Amino acid sequence: MNRPASLLAAGAAAVALPFVVRDPSWLNVAVLALMAAQLGAAWNLVGGYAGQASLGHAAFYGLGAYASTLLLVNFGWNPWLGMLAGGVLAAAFSALFGWSCFRLKGHYFTMATIAVAEIVQIVFNNWEYAGAAVGLTIPMDRQGLAAMVFADKAAYYWLALGLLALTLLATFAVERSFLGYYFRAIKDEPDAARSIGVDIARYKQVALSLSAFFTAAGGSLYAQKELYIDPASVLSTALSIKMALAAILGGVGTLFGPVLGAVVLTLIEELSRSAFGGSGRGTDTVIYAALIVLVAVFQPSGILGGLKARAARRRALRAGASPAQADAAARDTTGLAPAAHESTGAPL
Amino acid sequence: MTAELLLQTLASGVLIGLIYALVAIGLTMIFGVMDIVNFAHGEFLMLGMYASFWLFALFALDPLLTLPLTVLMLFALGVLVWKLVIRRIADAPALSQIFTTFGLMLLFRGLAQFFWKPDYRTIEGSLAAGGVQLAGLQLGRPQVIAGLGAIVVTAAVWFFLHRTRLGAALEATASDKEAARLMGIDSHRMFGLAWGIGAACAGAAGGLLSTFFPIFPEVGANFILVAFVVVNLGGFGSVAGAFWAGILVGVIEVMGGLLIGPQYKTAIVLVLFLAVLMFRPQGLMGKTA
Repeated sequence: MNRPASLLAAGAAAVALPFVVRDPSWLNVAVLALMAAQLGAAWNLVGGYAGQASLGHAAFYGLGAYASTLLLVNFGWNPWLGMLAGGVLAAAFSALFGWSCFRLKGHYFTMATIAVAEIVQIVFNNWEYAGAAVGLTIPMDRQGLAAMVFADKAAYYWLALGLLALTLLATFAVERSFLGYYFRAIKDEPDAARSIGVDIARYKQVALSLSAFFTAAGGSLYAQKELYIDPASVLSTALSIKMALAAILGGVGTLFGPVLGAVVLTLIEELSRSAFGGSGRGTDTVIYAALIVLVAVFQPSGILGGLKARAARRRALRAGASPAQADAAARDTTGLAPAAHESTGAPL
Repeated sequence: MTAELLLQTLASGVLIGLIYALVAIGLTMIFGVMDIVNFAHGEFLMLGMYASFWLFALFALDPLLTLPLTVLMLFALGVLVWKLVIRRIADAPALSQIFTTFGLMLLFRGLAQFFWKPDYRTIEGSLAAGGVQLAGLQLGRPQVIAGLGAIVVTAAVWFFLHRTRLGAALEATASDKEAARLMGIDSHRMFGLAWGIGAACAGAAGGLLSTFFPIFPEVGANFILVAFVVVNLGGFGSVAGAFWAGILVGVIEVMGGLLIGPQYKTAIVLVLFLAVLMFRPQGLMGKTA
């Protein structure tokens, strides 16, 4: 089966899933997986393709959730409009975020992004108008498509699936356009990119704004699904890390890597929670954390990255390359920048 | 606002700053030698606190007396973490390094909760309990002892780095791995040593804190962000820088809390952090950007 056909089949299966899975708790797991996948895909735009490993994306997510909720609760705005407004607001905020973080590289950049998100969380924790630490509740009085409030979990499933499809479509468009090449150039060869006239600062910001927009939309969706938000649930650093983790587990800079990573992560998290969560002793956290460490240590380029590398190695060997050349070809596909102190081995 | 209150606040800022410095020294050493940011560093501190707590609760041994034991245990743990996990990711992409140490952070928290429950625990009736009068200021004796202890440990680390052959080898590895290797220094041994000392410093801070700070699985979260700020401010890899920066951050935090409001004290420190990152990314005492 070729690629478009298999994609179509997978998409149809995804749309039909709620007709097969009737159990509400399993359907909820599916919604959580889709929402995590959407966030991973949004993070991937700047963290994967452009190589700017932000751990502050919860700021965008929280801004989206708070924007649509405040507009709804205090001004009666339609949540669809609120979602759009939240996305635009987050994209605008990303300019400030980028201004304060993008002049930094590597570890410094990552730590600055944590600091920015942490400051946003402290502000919301103390901002009375936004409910401070108590949070905000969305009333359930109006339901239906227009109010984006549903009694049936399946509706949220399709909503999350739709948002994921949009995010992936945008990623696909970026991948195919000049932006995709610019982003990859910024990640892999920033000096070379600059020397041929790529405005690095500008395109880093483009990647971040796009990513912020979709991350915020995911935040609004979360607010509409849970009907309750507070700083701990939509602005915590743990959230930022989960978004990045989905992309890293699946494979950064690949279209479907974050989806795969999010599904695996959500399943691990929910299964260990339902199996061991009742003990109240954090057994689920132990299993989840141990798996993260194992994956990071043994599969540093993610699941898709690892598969791709293996395929590339096989292809190179078949084409008559030496094992060393094949290894280099495999390394070339992983799409991860080497660590700062590692000398970049010459590729084929 | 009286001058006395101001002085009192200043003194408590210096005292907590000394603890921040000790935590940050361990972090900066690991970073300096290996270029790895250890997100699990606050958990070394947490484990140091629990070590002191259990030695006190089970054997009635005072945290001050068991401090050397706590330090040794954490040193061993640091070396073990390096041997089992970090060694394998030494040459991995920066992203997977971040996620490895982040996973370790979650793992240690989860294990602490699994074995010791999420309850807040305190050590009552330690030798350090009580207060001291110092030049007209009322200070908690545990805080003063912790501050002095932090100075002693920091001095010991500094002495080790600058006055012993092994310390010089560690410094050499930090400044140029390849050159150090050519001089016959086993860089892998140095990495393990850095993790051991780094964890031991955090463990010492934990042991000193345990006499006056609640002990719970997530306690490391209160210190890790501040430690990052201190490491940056002092310059990555600089022990002396981390020491002075720790005191500075402690003072800024309590003064900011006094003047603007205690709920914003972390935000003030973080804004300062961003400002330093932007305008002086090499830190106040760092050598290279």
